[in-house]
Amino acid sequence: MPAPSPRYTGPAMAAHWIMAVLILVAFPLGVYMQDLPLSPDKLKLYSYHKWIGMTVLLLFLPRLLWRITHRPPAPLPMPAWQHRIAESTHHLLYLLMVLVPLSGWLMSSAKGFQVVYFGVLPIPDLMGKDQGLGDFFLQAHKLLNFALLALVGLHVAGALKHQILDKDGTLRRMLPFGQ
Amino acid sequence: MPFRTASLALAASGLLLTGTAQAIEYNQVDATRSSLAFTSKQMGVPVPGSFKRFNASIAFDPARPTAASTTLEIDLASIDAGSREANDEVVGKQWFNVKAHPTARFVSTGVRALGNNRFEALGKMTVKGQTRDVVAPFTFKQEGSGGVFDGGFVLKRMDYGIGEGPWADVSAVANEIEIKFRVVANAGPAKK
Ligand code: HEM
Ligand code: HEM
Repeated sequence: MPAPSPRYTGPAMAAHWIMAVLILVAFPLGVYMQDLPLSPDKLKLYSYHKWIGMTVLLLFLPRLLWRITHRPPAPLPMPAWQHRIAESTHHLLYLLMVLVPLSGWLMSSAKGFQVVYFGVLPIPDLMGKDQGLGDFFLQAHKLLNFALLALVGLHVAGALKHQILDKDGTLRRMLPFGQ
Repeated sequence: MPFRTASLALAASGLLLTGTAQAIEYNQVDATRSSLAFTSKQMGVPVPGSFKRFNASIAFDPARPTAASTTLEIDLASIDAGSREANDEVVGKQWFNVKAHPTARFVSTGVRALGNNRFEALGKMTVKGQTRDVVAPFTFKQEGSGGVFDGGFVLKRMDYGIGEGPWADVSAVANEIEIKFRVVANAGPAKK
């Protein structure tokens, strides 16, 4: 009987999948909502988008602290360059997990629309109303999202390549079930 | 020297006396220093807005506040609702329907003194063809040569049909709109 492969810790897995789901919902929502004509539904979707995004930002700090105090399991055997790409992708994903929602928050502040978390908790604006900066942060938000999309694509492709082609059980390291 | 002081004091008291005898009335509205702002709540988010053009006329004698009267006429097309998208929307049929109802009007019917420079203006507010009674608390203070009236009230937009159709959904845009006005008026000869 082979030794069970090392896994990420429970909280690391929980954080990974909860945040992955939130991001994968926020993204298409963001693309869809901005093309809608102004309507109550549009206002609602914008708010849902912001609340989901702010949740990602909120979860990031505990996740980072956990990551620093709990090293991930030793890497699977793979060529050094693949490992390097996987690691840099992870680091950039962490970076974008902050920059994407942060640019959204800055955009909302600059456009004069405060974020009120779940419609009840007012979150302070990061700056006063400034149309020029609002447009700037909108472009930043779009650009960072584009980068996020590319990196998540690379990340998922890598995970599936290892899982399906290399059959090295990569996915299981991040899943609480299977062996 | 004592003689001069005394005469000065005499002159000053004489001025004061004439001042109270001829009632000061604040009735020259200074449009550039007056403002009409509001805050709507969208999904719980307070969104500030304002009207750039409005006409206020006022007649207020601090000695006889209950005799005061005011009329406010608002050019609805001059609205700034917080964003270009919103500005285009709110002049439309479902909101103010500015083509059919270009102005909103407040006409006072009375003023109550609450003490401590606090008052209440009672009046009729007409928006989009609907007229409702309104009570607007305000304060009065003298600033230099002018009088400053600061006040506000909560307008329930559904009372006037402001936001019809899908916009009648008050969970997206709250029914309560907070109105804040500041009218600065200089003293002028009483009109009556
Ligand atoms: C994980 C977090 C987030 C993701 C993945 C995300 C993703 C997106 C995407 C893909 C778009 C569409 C961009 C485009 O194609 O034009 C978008 C738009 C937008 N996002 Fe986010 N976003 C996130 C967080 C936030 C946060 C926290 C806020 C504000 C507090 C925010 C505010 C907005 C706004 C206002 C728009 C629409 C801009 C417009 O009107 O064109 N986002 N977002
Ligand atoms: C928005 C979506 C996602 C983000 C932001 C994201 C982010 C991350 C990050 C930062 C790590 C590195 C964890 C660490 O070592 O500290 C990671 C690991 C991992 N992710 Fe994702 N992920 C996303 C979606 C997915 C999806 C959809 C899959 C499955 C196909 C997946 C599979 C994995 C696996 C298997 C690992 C462990 C890699 C290893 O063996 O070390 N991720 N993810």
